Amino acid sequence: MPNYRLTVNGRQQTVDVPADMPLLWVLRDTLNLKGTKFGCGVGACGACTVHINNEARRSCVTQVSNVNQAITTIEGLSNDGSHPLQRAWMELDVPQCGYCQAGQLMSAAALLRRTSRPSDAEINTAMTGNVCRCGTYLRIREAIHLAANGGRRA
Amino acid sequence: MKKTPNIKQLDRRSFLQVTALAGGGMMIGLYAPKALSQGRGGPGGPAAAPVPSNFITINPNNTFTVIAKNPETGQGIRNALPMIIADELDVDWNQVTVQQADRDQAKYGQQIEGGSTAIPSNYTPMRQIGAAGRALVLAAAADNWSVPVTELTTASGVVRHAASNRTATYGSLAAKAATMPVPATIPLKDPKDFKIIGKPLPGVDNLAIVTGKPAFSVDVNPPGMLHAIFEKCPVFGGRVVNANIDEIKKLPGIRHAFIVTPPAPPAAPAGAPAAGGRGGGGGGVNIPSGVAIVADNWWLAQNARKSLKITWDEGATATQSTAGYTAMAKQLKATADQTPAAAAAPAAAPAPGGRGGPQIAAVGDVEAAFKAPGNKVVEQEYYFPLLAHAPLEPQNSTAHYQNGKLEIWSPSQIPQVDPVGAAAGTTGANVTMHLVRAGGGFGRRLQSEYDLEVSRIARLVADERAAAGQPSVPVKLLWSREDDMHFDNYRPGAYHYFKGAVDASGKLVAFKDFVGAFPNTGSGTPIPSNEFPRGFVPNFLVTSGNITPFNVPTGALRAPGTNGTTFAMQSIIDELAIAANKDPLQFRLDVLRSPEGAAGGGFSAARAIGVVEKVRDMSNWATRRAGLPRGTGMGVAFQFAHAGYVAYVVEVAVDNNKRIKINKAWAAVDIGRQIVNPSMAKNLVEGGFIEGMSHIMHWEITIDKGRVVQNNFTEFQPTRMQQVARNLVEVEFVLSDNNPTGLGEPSLPPAVPAITNAIFAASGVRIRSLPLVHAGYSWAT
Repeated sequence: MPNYRLTVNGRQQTVDVPADMPLLWVLRDTLNLKGTKFGCGVGACGACTVHINNEARRSCVTQVSNVNQAITTIEGLSNDGSHPLQRAWMELDVPQCGYCQAGQLMSAAALLRRTSRPSDAEINTAMTGNVCRCGTYLRIREAIHLAANGGRRA
Repeated sequence: MKKTPNIKQLDRRSFLQVTALAGGGMMIGLYAPKALSQGRGGPGGPAAAPVPSNFITINPNNTFTVIAKNPETGQGIRNALPMIIADELDVDWNQVTVQQADRDQAKYGQQIEGGSTAIPSNYTPMRQIGAAGRALVLAAAADNWSVPVTELTTASGVVRHAASNRTATYGSLAAKAATMPVPATIPLKDPKDFKIIGKPLPGVDNLAIVTGKPAFSVDVNPPGMLHAIFEKCPVFGGRVVNANIDEIKKLPGIRHAFIVTPPAPPAAPAGAPAAGGRGGGGGGVNIPSGVAIVADNWWLAQNARKSLKITWDEGATATQSTAGYTAMAKQLKATADQTPAAAAAPAAAPAPGGRGGPQIAAVGDVEAAFKAPGNKVVEQEYYFPLLAHAPLEPQNSTAHYQNGKLEIWSPSQIPQVDPVGAAAGTTGANVTMHLVRAGGGFGRRLQSEYDLEVSRIARLVADERAAAGQPSVPVKLLWSREDDMHFDNYRPGAYHYFKGAVDASGKLVAFKDFVGAFPNTGSGTPIPSNEFPRGFVPNFLVTSGNITPFNVPTGALRAPGTNGTTFAMQSIIDELAIAANKDPLQFRLDVLRSPEGAAGGGFSAARAIGVVEKVRDMSNWATRRAGLPRGTGMGVAFQFAHAGYVAYVVEVAVDNNKRIKINKAWAAVDIGRQIVNPSMAKNLVEGGFIEGMSHIMHWEITIDKGRVVQNNFTEFQPTRMQQVARNLVEVEFVLSDNNPTGLGEPSLPPAVPAITNAIFAASGVRIRSLPLVHAGYSWAT
């Protein structure tokens, strides 16, 4: 099996995996980064969202051999919950089951990186690929606004 | 480390155990098998001698470890039950560390997440445990200071004697408290003094969740673990004839591949209940026929499935289809029409408490009422489909069989050791079961066949490795999303044939329903014999016929027995209101105020009226409705489900292209006098409504050639953010003077008909069949 050099959360790593192995499984099973979640395997739910070169990508449909830019996972957003979005998520008690929330946070973080004060419509567009089966969308949207507003309630 | 537990009888049914810890701490447990039993499923409480438990640990540094006894799948019970203990113990929440219990019903009573039963079953016992801990600490302080207990107060884990201005932390008193006799009476707090119960406290796992820590079942990763897939016959009940196992074993990274054989039958009569599973058998548990592939990582195992060549014996189910079920339902209805005898059958008594009840209910003479001059008759057919649960975390479980013992990390809502042990060829006594957070339940994990499958596979892997001189290893079984959709225990669909009548004054005088029902192979009967308007109409007849053969496994989905039925029942009630020329909300109140005999299943008209009136006022129903623009309408629905009462009013806009926008939903909820955690409670109501939107627009499972047609979220679209307007759902709780009950389930069922009734109000089109995508509808974006 070939070797691939990946930069994950600022760390260079070499993995010996098949070329067509999805990045999701390289992260979860090879690098033991369990924060990125498996939901559908076809890019339809967003649970596996990571950043590649600061853009939100579905890691379950991204082959490892096609990745040649820096990867950020939920573990790299911050390890201690200090990222403004993580803080907003906790302040508004967003999760129910919580399984989708890593992917939601990564999509939201990519949005805020390019649009610091998004409108509801911009949030909808950025977040539409992320399913929350429990239906916490109302709190997710408010948490994005809260983080975008510097943690102050509007 | 620990001294022998000190068993102290509290009353005839419950015992307190106090265990002194080395270093000055103490553990407090309650043995109360009856008090801790829950209403559904699972074995009963233990009958043997008390087993030391550890609901509360008081540490010398005045921190507190509190046990969360039940599985957590997203309803916040890991917060709620410890919050109740901590409040009565009278400590601060930030002094508390919550610890998830392993599965041990001798210690903890029943450990089930299901039926919205955790709060009603555990609310008082958890209060008693906390209060007992506080009472022992108070007794220790009173003894130390030679003052009456009545002069002592507590707060934040500190005992205070105001008169002498002395204080002592619980931690400093713990060693002494462990030796104190239990006071004769242990007072519970006056609810007005609650400091934690009733406060909106964030989830205890939130930090782990937002930082991507391994918090879920799928993240369990014991050393040396291998990863498995399990390929089953796409036709329910089908069996493997042969498979190219040797070719699969040669693929890169594949460690094991085999046809999964059932466990040997037990020597003694089977004590283990059959649970989950289908199409196989042996050993007292059903393990489906299929092929397991075990690899170094999950993707290698999953990828190897593409190379599998299996010859299946698909069995008799391969001839079944949704189209066939529909034809059968129509045939049953036609037959029933020619068999009027049921109308003469006596009324079956409503089942107390439950939502199931008899499948026939006959009161009065509906046919005479339909023929009576002046009565207006409405006759309509309704349909709702089978549904998958589709929790976002696909089914998975991790097990390690070693030296005759099985260790398993289970995400089940109803974790059980006996069938799991049997699947591994051992007994429940040899099973250690850890309860792991699950990424959504919704009733799906009330059937735990993945636990049985992984236990069987882990055993077979261990046997293969032992034969090769290799050490045993843990195995994680993870289903793909397609597996999850193809092998669910589906929400039963149903075909309803309604006929109802209102008299000239607009009073509901007759209600008849024939249900073409899928046999109740799981929990959740779709027969509404016990449902409103039973008890509020003088002539009432519900009968049913079973669609057979029907070999699709069914099970409980959030508010089983009620969620689909409510769509049909609250829609036909709306049609009858229109026929009566009445305001649909007022019509419901009028019917609720006209009792006609016994209502079903413990239904309280007063509480139903309470939530309907509340939601009327919240939504400013009459005034707002009168001022709506063309193409916009408001609908109402209510339901009594799993001990809770919920009413919705929904405002919907429908455009000329059948695009639907939900403008606003108001929810009034009565689950008793106390909301334990208002933050999660509100979240669950919002989520219940949003799940209802999925049921309406896209969700259905169809069967063709005995297999499920839908494969993934692409064909089973859940509600997405852009369909959920900002501040969409407004929630208020009606605090009626009733014991607190659960909220996982009641918020879903009436959401569906409230929306479809609003679609009628907006467009004049009555929705009688779900999902709406088949009628050309879509969400406006």
